[in-house]
Amino acid sequence: MNGTIALLLTQDGVTSGAIYALIALAILIVFTVTRVILVPQGQFVTYGALTYGLMQSGVMPGTAWLLFISSALAGILDARVAITAGRSRDLLLIAAIRIVFPVLVLAVSLSIAPEKLGTAGQIALTLATVVPLGPLMYRLVFEPIADASVLMLLIVAVAVDVALSGIGLLLFGSEGARTDPLFDVTLSLGPAQLGAPTLTIVVTSLLLMLMLFLFFERTILGRALRATAIHRLGARLVGIPVRRAGQLSFLLASLLGAVSGVLVSSVMTVYYDSGFMIGLKGFVAAIVGGLVSYPIAVLGALIIGLIEAWSAFYASAFKEVIVFTALIPVLIVRSFLARETPEEEVDE
Amino acid sequence: MTRRLLWIAAVAALALGPLVLPEFYLTLLNVIGISALVVLGLVLLTGIAGLTSFGQAAFVGTAAYISAYGTTELGLSPWLTLLVGVSATALLALALGAITLRLSGHYLPISTIAWGAAIFFLFARIPVLGGQTGMTGIPPITIAGYPLVTGRSYYYLIWTFVLIAMLAITSLLRSRTGRAIRALRGGALMAESFGIDVPRTRMAVFVYAAVLAALAGWLYVHFLRFINPTPFDVTAGIEYLFMVVVGGPASVWGAVVGAAVLTLLRNILQDMLPRLLGQSGNFDLIVYGVLIVLLLQRTRRGIVGSIVERYPVLMPPPIAVPAVATAPLPVRQKLPPGSLFLRVIDAEKWFGGLAAVNKVGFEVRAGEIVGLIGPNGAGKSTMFNLITGASTPTRGAIEVEGERVEGLSPRRIVRLGVARTFQHVRLLRDMSVIENVMIGAHLRGRKGMLAGSLRLDREEEARLTAEAARQLHRVGLGSELHRRAGSLSLGQQRLVEVARALCADPALLLLDEPAAGLRYGEKQDLARLLSELRDEGLAVLLVEHDMGFLMNLVDRVVVMEFGQKLVEGLPSAVQADPRVLEAYLGGVE
Repeated sequence: MNGTIALLLTQDGVTSGAIYALIALAILIVFTVTRVILVPQGQFVTYGALTYGLMQSGVMPGTAWLLFISSALAGILDARVAITAGRSRDLLLIAAIRIVFPVLVLAVSLSIAPEKLGTAGQIALTLATVVPLGPLMYRLVFEPIADASVLMLLIVAVAVDVALSGIGLLLFGSEGARTDPLFDVTLSLGPAQLGAPTLTIVVTSLLLMLMLFLFFERTILGRALRATAIHRLGARLVGIPVRRAGQLSFLLASLLGAVSGVLVSSVMTVYYDSGFMIGLKGFVAAIVGGLVSYPIAVLGALIIGLIEAWSAFYASAFKEVIVFTALIPVLIVRSFLARETPEEEVDE
Repeated sequence: MTRRLLWIAAVAALALGPLVLPEFYLTLLNVIGISALVVLGLVLLTGIAGLTSFGQAAFVGTAAYISAYGTTELGLSPWLTLLVGVSATALLALALGAITLRLSGHYLPISTIAWGAAIFFLFARIPVLGGQTGMTGIPPITIAGYPLVTGRSYYYLIWTFVLIAMLAITSLLRSRTGRAIRALRGGALMAESFGIDVPRTRMAVFVYAAVLAALAGWLYVHFLRFINPTPFDVTAGIEYLFMVVVGGPASVWGAVVGAAVLTLLRNILQDMLPRLLGQSGNFDLIVYGVLIVLLLQRTRRGIVGSIVERYPVLMPPPIAVPAVATAPLPVRQKLPPGSLFLRVIDAEKWFGGLAAVNKVGFEVRAGEIVGLIGPNGAGKSTMFNLITGASTPTRGAIEVEGERVEGLSPRRIVRLGVARTFQHVRLLRDMSVIENVMIGAHLRGRKGMLAGSLRLDREEEARLTAEAARQLHRVGLGSELHRRAGSLSLGQQRLVEVARALCADPALLLLDEPAAGLRYGEKQDLARLLSELRDEGLAVLLVEHDMGFLMNLVDRVVVMEFGQKLVEGLPSAVQADPRVLEAYLGGVE
């Protein structure tokens, strides 16, 4: 071990830590607003990474079809609601959102060869395809059972994760994807070289966190989300549409996930089944923050990233074991903080 | 009756199956049986006790690897490694449970995913366990010198275990410990208030489920006679949980049905989907996931739960109330009337800067009924919580028979003879009325998990049942013993709470608005019962808003307002007191 290796490992750790931080934030936002523990968050990452990665290697993935089908299903649900409520005028709007947009995305995906899009175009198309999957997931899966217990929502979330991982295999195949770095710059920092992917990831993560901060602090929409997170019924009583808050939180989650995916594919090969483990590490970070605190979760994510990087060097075979075992001291602390008689959680 | 026939039919079908079925189906049935064992543990853990675990596959794997290593590398007998594997898994569960079981709600399932993943990676990484390739040449189990090498011979071993586990769990659920386990779902406070040791009960269920998983792991490894890490990954743990959800979370039959349905489905899908899609891979997962989502959006009772709902003859029979007089349970020594039982001395409870209870003191003696009244938010229910140990006073003291009790847990305080009802009814809605009331008598029984599973508790159970029936007759619900508690009217549910508290054989009864929702006649009956209890030497502390009911009944009244004691005195004096009138009706202009 010398200084250079230490710096390299730290750099690796901070890089993955930044990604885990984005995932942890997404999980926190969704959990506080909807009480859904978003196990499939990692799937947004893999879908983003693989959609972008396949495009870069000249193959157009079938992600747009998933968007089209799930959007059409959501359209049918929406239309049924509109018709039973006697608001048939909404049908046009529903059709515009649920049909026109995905058809557009699908048309672009099918008609243009990915090479012609250029990097920016590929990223834009990736986000346009993957990000809407978040609110659609909420609409199709969680909205109908929005009032179920946390545990029920968790089991459903796991089921969604399992299904998405299978669909991922269908869409992307079992080959992994790794992409070229977005920018080609290197910063010298003392003895170490700060590579482009690291810089891109860390800077983008910080920007996203800043945006989130401004969104939650400064905008009325962000405040409405926070209000919903603090007290759902109270928020509903003052006129915040809780369902829309749910969709919005899922939109933020899929946005953070898809961006993380595009970023992470430049530093690691992503496979269709990588999502579960990536998501789980984000979780561990979110748990460090007690599933409520954003800054502590980000800190936890950095620690997880560093532990992972360093244990990859010292005991690479036991990397995952060490990361998940790191959860145990956190849980012990939480156990001691918890009262002797646990909080009242009465199931239906 | 129908249920018994069903059992007989199922056992007969299982016994005759190997005689007619080809080996392929027997193998499938063996896989189903092994899964069903794990799922049976999960029914108890998740379906009944409400503790969700995605990590059972790690327990299966632990026992499987121990047996694989012990029999191949150390040359031990599989029967010895069964013992070692099950004990080691139980110890592992104890350790994991000690860390995670006290976590609230969703932390537990998430942590099960995390340690499930960690243990799985250990299997794959420890060199002596063969890494990803695993280990081969694991010997078969031999019974009396006869090695079980065919699926046919192994079949009977597996399903004997499954049937024993089903019977044991069915018996357990109807036992004293079983009721304690079921009470975990009603919230920790209710369970603790009747002396149930909630952390210990959770741990017991967790270990019970882990032991069943270990048993399954041992059966699995000597059935396949080869082992690799894949069947014990987190996905496998998730699949076991799905089996519970699909079959019916609250039923031992659900475990078998869930294991069978998903195993068969996987077999069919793994055969069909790759051909349909023109690729190979785990596409069955898509169908699995979508199926679970759709199922849970419609019902949370699973296949068996839905069937039982439609055909009530399949419901478990009501528990038998002994017709002949059983030896009654021992009762607490009665206090002489007028002796001091409860003394509250300057109790304070602060929530931040808000005093919910501020320097309140009063006494309750044996053989008297004290009314505790005050407008909403006066601190009456907080006072109840302080006395029963549900919360700790910030300052001041609470004495029961001269002993300081503040800060003790509810389950210590109920042992001293303090039993309560709740303002917001806390009954187990899906449980029968009489079983709910039997929870009240938890501390008057002794029998534990093992006795309950093996039905060695019948005599004690009969006595507990008789006592619960007696108390229910007393509160006027003698004809509702076997109704589902949730189907009673709210007023009747309050009476069930009174009966449950009486079942604890208390010296002091704390009643939080027992007459709310009762009809006039029922109120009179309740008043008569309370006077009777007073004459028997019981002390009663009563919170009630119905002044007509209260004032004609109680010996003394304590009035609270804004957390403070306003007045204390005889009902007539209190009713005439201008301060009380002002507190209730506003100032006289």
